[in-house]
Amino acid sequence: MDVPLPVNSLTERQAGPGVVRRHRRRRWVEASLVALAAGWIAYQLVTNPGFQWPVVASYFTSGEILSGLLLTIELTVVTQAIGIAIGICLAMMQLSDSRITATAAAAYVWFFRGTPVLVQLIFWYNLAYLFPRVALGVPAGPTFFSMSTNSLISPFTAALLGLGLNEGAYMAEIVRGGILSVDAGQMEAGRALGMTSLQVMRRIVLPQAMRSIVPATGNQTIGMLKYTSLASVVSLQELLNSAETIYTRTFQTIPLLIVASLWYLVLTTVLSWGQYYVERYYARGSAHELPATPAAMLAATMRGARARLAAVLR
Amino acid sequence: MLCALGPSGSGKSTLLRCINHLEPVDSGLVYLEGQLVGYRQIGGKLYELSEREICQKRAEIGIVFQQFNLFPHMTVLQNLIEAPMLVKGESRSAATQRALVLLERVGLANKADSYPRTLSGGQQQRVAIARALAMEPKVMLFDEPTSALDPELVGEVLGVMRDLAGSGMTMIVVTHEVGFAREVADIVVFIDKGMVVEKGPPQEVLDNPRQERTRDFLARVL
Repeated sequence: MDVPLPVNSLTERQAGPGVVRRHRRRRWVEASLVALAAGWIAYQLVTNPGFQWPVVASYFTSGEILSGLLLTIELTVVTQAIGIAIGICLAMMQLSDSRITATAAAAYVWFFRGTPVLVQLIFWYNLAYLFPRVALGVPAGPTFFSMSTNSLISPFTAALLGLGLNEGAYMAEIVRGGILSVDAGQMEAGRALGMTSLQVMRRIVLPQAMRSIVPATGNQTIGMLKYTSLASVVSLQELLNSAETIYTRTFQTIPLLIVASLWYLVLTTVLSWGQYYVERYYARGSAHELPATPAAMLAATMRGARARLAAVLR
Repeated sequence: MLCALGPSGSGKSTLLRCINHLEPVDSGLVYLEGQLVGYRQIGGKLYELSEREICQKRAEIGIVFQQFNLFPHMTVLQNLIEAPMLVKGESRSAATQRALVLLERVGLANKADSYPRTLSGGQQQRVAIARALAMEPKVMLFDEPTSALDPELVGEVLGVMRDLAGSGMTMIVVTHEVGFAREVADIVVFIDKGMVVEKGPPQEVLDNPRQERTRDFLARVL
């Protein structure tokens, strides 16, 4: 028996009963708690004289702080670059057919992930105890180059070695995970077209692996930004150490820690904005929607807030 | 044009992968135009070639996969020009020119700037065929090219392959499309458990199989 379908049911929207949204009492409770906490924090920030905001303002762009800031940026960029380079090499070694190569890379990762980075940093700084001189030459033959380890290992090079080599171990795992996430058929297709495995890696596999490598690397870079403050133990005058130097002189501990923290926050914000754009670049051709740019997200938030405000005022 | 048929797991795909040395050969020899693929014979021994030499050989052998395996981060055009530029050192303009001719030939000239993701399975497989042809191979291998396609898209891919066979290209096709094999193939080979069970013109192997196993298989797939 045929029941005739209502012809218009799909094409015409019928006027149904109006909808009344469920009351959300709990939301109001939560919102008031949050507002209370935010209010207390704001009140303290404004009224507590201990923060010494005028001192913060006066040191925020002082020469000492800015040179420390510059060193922190330099150190972050260079160590992260070293880390990425080492990470890519180690990941390829771990994925190679040769058991020895793979084991060597795994041992590296095991060692550098397994010891505190602070210890590694101090270790490199004191390398001269183990090797008083560094030389390049043929064993039992001529020496081309030789210098004392103490003049080679400055605080900066110790920080580069300590942080960079350690970062390489973490990046290796990130890159390896990224490469493994690419379908094996891609490697096969590239090789079937006559590309060497290095060409396939560079042109086919790595660009696709970047989709999962980039977010994790962004995370690592932001972590590295703050790990550079460890270099203060080898008396490198980076951002935190510059702040420390000032407050041991003036005893304005809290305001100077705030100065350093504010700069770290600024840099972190810049880095996470940059990450959006890199992610968008590597997302081309993928099924996922591109992540919104920070500017677009800000615009959307503003639009939403304005609409809600208009609704409340009406 | 040779069509290879046989039950799954019978070694048809492995045969193709051996032909372009994606898989090392345990025994037996593969020759392309009188030259051994993947090895050099000196005396009674086979020496595996260097990677570069194997790659040069592979460039002469096109292969089309069941799962298309297009490069998703490149546009259709980039998919086609990547290997000719990288492997054969062609200029971008020369590679692009030939790529556009090939896209025309598989009926996808208007999709040059699309990403593979946005194409249907049939269109992706036609791009994959064009990508293999862009290397100007001497022989084309097809590994179940229509098995991953929706039924209504199979025809467009078989059409492209039919044209290609008509143009005189040497082709080895692993397929379950018995109708296509009967119509286009010069030789049909039936493979089971890694061995050639029966071999001959389609009228013989498909319509008058002499072997029991071939008959069983055909009865099940037809």
